[in-house]
Amino acid sequence: MGYPHDHDLEVRTLLSEHMGDPKARELETWRTYGGYEALKQALGMEPDDITEVVKESGLRGRGGAGFPTGMKWSFMPKEDGQPHYLCCNADESEPGAFKDREILRWTPHLLIEGCLIAARAIRAEHTYIYVRGEYFPYTRILNAAVVEAYEAGIIGDKVMGSKWSCDVTVHIGAGAYIAGEETGLMSSLMGGRAEPWIKPPFPAQAGVFGKPTTVNNVETLAAVPMILSNGAEWYRQWGTEKSAGTKLWCCSGHLVRPGNYELELGLPLAEIIHDVCGGAPDGKKVKAVIPGGSSTALLTGDELDCVTTYEGLAEAGSSLGTASPIVMDEDTNIVAAIRRIAEFYAHESCGQCVQCREGTSWIAKILRRIEHGDGHMDDIDTLYHLCEQMTGRTICVLADSVVFPLRSSLDKFRAEYEALMPRSSVVAGA
Amino acid sequence: MSPDMVTLTVDGVEVRVAPGTPVIEAAARAGVSVPHYCYHPGIPSRPAQCRMCLVEVEGQPKLQPSCVLASGDGMVIHTTSEAAEEARKSVIEFLLLNHPLDCPICDAAGQCNLQDYAFETRQLSSRFHDEKLVLGRDRVADDILYFGDRCIICTRCVRFMSDVAGDEALIVAQRGHKAYIDTFPGKDLDHPFQGNIVDVCPVGALVHEDFLFKARAWDLDRAPSVCSGCSTGCNVTLDVKENQIVRLKPRFNPDVNSYWMCDYGRKHLVMSNRGVRAEVPLVREGDRLVPTTWEGALDRAAASLETTSGGAAVVSPHACNESLFYFRRLLERVGTEGGSFRVDQGDTATLEGFPKLQLRADRAPNVSGAESLGFSRGDDWSAASGGALLVLEDALADAPEDLVEGRSFFLFLGSRLSPLARRADVVLPVATFAEMDGTFTNFEGRVQRFQQALTPPGMARPGWMALSALLARLGDGEATTAASDAFAALAAATPAFEGLEWDAIGFRGVARDAAAVGEGA
Repeated sequence: MGYPHDHDLEVRTLLSEHMGDPKARELETWRTYGGYEALKQALGMEPDDITEVVKESGLRGRGGAGFPTGMKWSFMPKEDGQPHYLCCNADESEPGAFKDREILRWTPHLLIEGCLIAARAIRAEHTYIYVRGEYFPYTRILNAAVVEAYEAGIIGDKVMGSKWSCDVTVHIGAGAYIAGEETGLMSSLMGGRAEPWIKPPFPAQAGVFGKPTTVNNVETLAAVPMILSNGAEWYRQWGTEKSAGTKLWCCSGHLVRPGNYELELGLPLAEIIHDVCGGAPDGKKVKAVIPGGSSTALLTGDELDCVTTYEGLAEAGSSLGTASPIVMDEDTNIVAAIRRIAEFYAHESCGQCVQCREGTSWIAKILRRIEHGDGHMDDIDTLYHLCEQMTGRTICVLADSVVFPLRSSLDKFRAEYEALMPRSSVVAGA
Repeated sequence: MSPDMVTLTVDGVEVRVAPGTPVIEAAARAGVSVPHYCYHPGIPSRPAQCRMCLVEVEGQPKLQPSCVLASGDGMVIHTTSEAAEEARKSVIEFLLLNHPLDCPICDAAGQCNLQDYAFETRQLSSRFHDEKLVLGRDRVADDILYFGDRCIICTRCVRFMSDVAGDEALIVAQRGHKAYIDTFPGKDLDHPFQGNIVDVCPVGALVHEDFLFKARAWDLDRAPSVCSGCSTGCNVTLDVKENQIVRLKPRFNPDVNSYWMCDYGRKHLVMSNRGVRAEVPLVREGDRLVPTTWEGALDRAAASLETTSGGAAVVSPHACNESLFYFRRLLERVGTEGGSFRVDQGDTATLEGFPKLQLRADRAPNVSGAESLGFSRGDDWSAASGGALLVLEDALADAPEDLVEGRSFFLFLGSRLSPLARRADVVLPVATFAEMDGTFTNFEGRVQRFQQALTPPGMARPGWMALSALLARLGDGEATTAASDAFAALAAATPAFEGLEWDAIGFRGVARDAAAVGEGA
């Protein structure tokens, strides 16, 4: 596929400017594109000043939760005499999301530069890039870039001739969704099972190897160099007050032009679905959209006039998440779609918390039964009840992740569930 | 009042604790027991994963796991609010989804936290209509079976091995609802303290094979006791069915064994059920030992001892302090000095997470007690020849023949009769420690009480009872029938036990040195 995609709307190309250009992977070319200039600038700055710029830029975490990045960095202790760590979360595993992959694939040096600047800001001397195991081809690209950067004196002892040293280690995950959760990622990085741990302790207090740690998403870190080069105000020209800048959108499902698009935050969702991506193929109607990756509440085709900011989608009862809309056209079996999502989470539950371990698989079993016409009207009440029991009671939010799409589908498409019930059950339940 | 204490309210009860104390422990001090699975006070890691101990904290929107929630000043905790109870109930429903409900054949029935909490929360039915997951059973160690279907993945066993035993032999395999406990690939579970994983299992997932299907928990009689396997003296509970010890469970004592005990100790005592016991007093008539009454045997022994002076004495470090005390008095009466004992030796092992707990080389519970009563360790059997031979509880299995030869009188008090013991003039059958009350002194001088768990066989009596009756016949004191009286006599007459009181020892024991210091002041 060409990159970026052909489309009707003007899209921004800040992060994605060099995507599709294999030359950009090479350090020599990358330097001619202005690569590592921001790092050079950062090396002349006090760590707290870097953090301050990022804070002012309004950059928020692109991994799903949208936590302000500069604020996260400022939680790191200062002059505490212990090693600090930066973890770059490249365990992109949310169904629907494929944006970090593109950064790893086309512009690995951009990520390395972002990592080093962030590491400098949080006073870390070691960065771990935790890459999803399935991203093997992209890990090779990243590894090659890391080797190049080491050889050029960009990573390692005395970064670019400064007094500061920083190592970068690329770590390949073993294939667990939950390794994308920051504490799960750190458990896995330390050699354990990818099991999230309960906070406190927060990563900034005791993260990986028990030391202060910041975990940032790939896209977040990739945005840092340009913010530093151009300033916070420059970045704020895109997006809104609370959701500044641009965002990579991973649009998939029933679309004429699915793909990755860099768009400024704040466009109406309908515009992205219909104008940028061309809507559903064959003139079909869009029935539902899961806007932020599989763990967000679905919106019906009539609810797409919401604004694509962190707060706008929250207002619409869903979430921006990783900005990965999955579009379903009018022929989609919603129960089957939600069942598939539930099966995914049942498969990926780490199994620590009882509600998640047992609840996700129970939900999948019920949905499978309903889909096959063996449902019972009580099942819908049970599903609602399970949603309640699984929300906010577990260590991490994996259980909540299945609840959001499930509950919203029950609220908005209850008739589809009921239509699958055997007639005798409907009568009994009436 | 210490300024560095915080006050919180748990279910309306105010309690003061050190800041940071987990709320679940603060609640316990307020008399509130919060149901839990993954939390175990003896296992340091707190994953907060079973979600059973969720409590409501006023001012906090979400329920909080009380096992990791730090107590703060002014906190108001509700453990029985509607939200907390509903959450607990739902955890039980979730846990019962795939649980086989094979309680009728499960070893844990009657002592199972899942069963208990299911009844407590009245969560006895399920809306689950689908097929249960079947995992089957597995052997995780030579003597431990794992029933995967019953497992609730609280990971206490995994964390006991990693945090307390220091051997990461167990893992959670697979994940999510398919998770189960297994040994680490390429590793065996073979640790001298591994039996504790069965004790920490809150359900019937891990069971000892030698206890499998042997008894129902509610049919067992229990007595607080002390393990006689080595000189550590772990506090234990003897679980008894039909007058047989069927298993030992460690009994919490922070000064001795915490929540744990070693596997050697567990097996050692269950084995003690075996063998033929001396059940009747016997007296020699010519070349035969003939059964008689206690009166007959004691009269005969007293008469012989009246006319005896000097001789040798052999005791056992398995004898309790009270018996050894009266035996010492008897020796003084007869004019015999010294007296020796032998201690079986074995391999040692240390529990890494609680290093005080060791399987010690001295495989006897009362070495220190015997020493404090003037007996000395020695392999030399060639004690003073001639005169009388008095033996207390050493079976003489390894003794040389010449020990018994040329004796003017041979008195044997024991529970089993070896060929050499059968050459005694009078045999007084005595109870083992499990069959009576008494005290042992452990390796560091801690005096610990044990309680009778079994009925002695036949006419066997506690050694101290037999010996005090014999002394009474010799005009020395009165016969006693209560271990507490025997201990009082011991404490009154022996410097090493001075100031100790039977009731004060309780079932936690008393460090003898500390008590002596207190008394001396």
